[in-house]
Amino acid sequence: MPESETAKQSEGFSELSRAVSTFVGEELVINFGPQHPSMHGVLRLIVKSEGEIVSEITPVIGYLHRGMEKIAERLNYHQFMPYTDRIDYLASMNCNFAYAATVEKLAGIEIPKRAEYIRVIMAELNRIASHLVFFGTAGLESGAWTPIVYAFREREYIVDLFDMTCGQRLTYNYFRIGGVADDLPKGFMEKARAFCDYFEPKIKEYNELLSYNEIFIKRTANVAVLPPETAVKYSVTGPNLRASGVKWDLRKNEPYSIYPEIDFDIPVSSGEKGMVGDTWNRYIIRMREMEESVKIIRQCLDKIPEGDYLTKVPRLFKAPPGEVYCRFENPRGELGFYLISDGGKSPYRLKIRTPSFAHLWVLPEISTGGMISDLIVAFGSLDLVVPEIDR
Amino acid sequence: MQQLIDIVQKWVAGYLQFLEPVPIEIWYILFMFIFAGVVLGMVMLFAGVASYAERKVAGHMQSRHGPNRVGPHGVLQFVADGIKLVLKEDLIPDAADKILFRFAPYIVFLGCFAVFAAFPFSMVFGQSLGITNLNIGLLYVLAISSIVVVGIIMAGWASGNKWSLLGGLRSAAQIVSYEVPIGVSFLTIVMIAGTLDLFEITRQQDGGFWRWFVFRYPPFTMSAFFIYFVASLAETNRVPFDIPEAESEIVAGYHTEYSGMRFSFFYMSEYGNMLAVSSLATIVFLGGFQSVLPFHILPGNWFVIEGLCWFFGKALFLVFVQMWLRWTLPRYRVDQLMHLAWKVLLPFAFVNIMGIGIWMLI
Repeated sequence: MPESETAKQSEGFSELSRAVSTFVGEELVINFGPQHPSMHGVLRLIVKSEGEIVSEITPVIGYLHRGMEKIAERLNYHQFMPYTDRIDYLASMNCNFAYAATVEKLAGIEIPKRAEYIRVIMAELNRIASHLVFFGTAGLESGAWTPIVYAFREREYIVDLFDMTCGQRLTYNYFRIGGVADDLPKGFMEKARAFCDYFEPKIKEYNELLSYNEIFIKRTANVAVLPPETAVKYSVTGPNLRASGVKWDLRKNEPYSIYPEIDFDIPVSSGEKGMVGDTWNRYIIRMREMEESVKIIRQCLDKIPEGDYLTKVPRLFKAPPGEVYCRFENPRGELGFYLISDGGKSPYRLKIRTPSFAHLWVLPEISTGGMISDLIVAFGSLDLVVPEIDR
Repeated sequence: MQQLIDIVQKWVAGYLQFLEPVPIEIWYILFMFIFAGVVLGMVMLFAGVASYAERKVAGHMQSRHGPNRVGPHGVLQFVADGIKLVLKEDLIPDAADKILFRFAPYIVFLGCFAVFAAFPFSMVFGQSLGITNLNIGLLYVLAISSIVVVGIIMAGWASGNKWSLLGGLRSAAQIVSYEVPIGVSFLTIVMIAGTLDLFEITRQQDGGFWRWFVFRYPPFTMSAFFIYFVASLAETNRVPFDIPEAESEIVAGYHTEYSGMRFSFFYMSEYGNMLAVSSLATIVFLGGFQSVLPFHILPGNWFVIEGLCWFFGKALFLVFVQMWLRWTLPRYRVDQLMHLAWKVLLPFAFVNIMGIGIWMLI
């Protein structure tokens, strides 16, 4: 590696890593995963390192490929809905939402207002649940064990809410083309409000425990910096992009559903503890997004109108010929469905654009020249879900 | 030990005359085994109980239960675990260096086990209650506890696993570095006490907690205690310095390939080490078996019981602090750990020496 390039890549790393990475020694090739405890799912990284300093990272994907896009072409529009749960198992509701809304846009189906509100409540609850898992794993990857237990304690409340709504605890197949499967169950509103009240102080507790812990800041600030230009170049989206200081959120920039009617902020990093776009910023953005999601849920619970929750769509409906690309703000970033219809009862072609896939390829960019410990923390901070990459 | 042998010889001379032909060397060897057995039992029992306590502490800190199935409140969990570990298959990887691989856990265990030989746990007949009373006790403890690192490197190297090798080397760098601030922070106490004899050091701290060395020359000895405690966390591979095992990074490092009883030897020595470093902190800084109060509660030679309670009370509290930290803090990175040892703790330790030196001269 030329010296100038090395210096560029290790910008933001500690002095020691910089000094050592310029030194050419014997390379060690190590396999990270697919069973490594820090790989979120089954990802494999072939890491070349000089001692502790990472000099090359080659991600290997495909251990979980299910051919989901091909399956979509063989099933009718309704039948593909359960598959969308499995795209991103930490944000099934959001994926459901995106697919349902894409088909509705293509077929020109209007959905009741109440259904829109229910969808947003579910999507935001799921965003919190997903960020909670992120919080837990971020702690775990930096060596703190308690956050993950706390995160799952709170996530359980959300899962209970989902359980009472749709009877499932992981792949919540609740959305339907034309609305949602069922109305909100009795007691949901009160429980959701109670959850909001319970959850808000917990974020402060998390901040005390981990976010502002001196060691955690040392481990994450100025580590694996993703500058905004690089982020845009790699089409990084979602919290990772906002952590690099780019204010881009599809809920605000290309509003869909009822988001324009709701008042919330888009947290953007300003480089509080280190450089903009470092690991700590990627972490704290998600903590702030949880606060915003609570705000959104509160407003939705206040504003939700009475009425129908589902527009009846025939079981074997045919979408008119045409194509549509819709994108949605998932917990991890932009989830896009590119749907082509030839007028038949199943999609002619369905291409899914998942955020993690784009995020994975910035990992070599930001982690080379750092230490193995930094690689783990940076990997965790990107919040990848491997089934989403492989589909 | 010498005193006990003297007592036995008196008995032999008085009542057990038929044992007189037994040469003194045999008595030495016999007592060696008895004492080794006592210490081994103590360390193993402690490791078991501590592993249970650790899970309970973790459970309470993380708002969950911890073990609660085997026995009341799960107190027999460690027994069940022990049985399970003994029955588990003993795997040795093909790529392993088999002899070193088998040998490493014992070396690690030996390091933590031998430390206990020099500790004065209490006082009886004005003598140290312990296995032996060395006049260079502190030096012995520092030296023998470093054997652990040899075992860890051995385990990391012999596993034939790149992760283990990284773990072993991390451990070498870490433990060797942290020996230095530990040694230097002990020097402050050696200067005050004027001896390396652990029993003598304890005896000088008699008469209430303000006589403990940690409070003797307030800013300096307190900071020496703090430096020692931080460095001892690194010595025992506990959070925030659990870098050699770092499960989320290098998949448990040097003991990745170990299973069953061999694995549990590493764990026992980790807990044993926790007790060892806490005991040492107790002896050197917190008055060892001396009471918090200026007088003894139990009179005369009954003090031996009181002393044991004080000693283990203080040591176990420090063990608890180590557990508490484990469930609170994230882990340092290797270079930050080195930075802390060489650029923060060591200079402060030297400042302590200078400070105490000047104070004593004045």
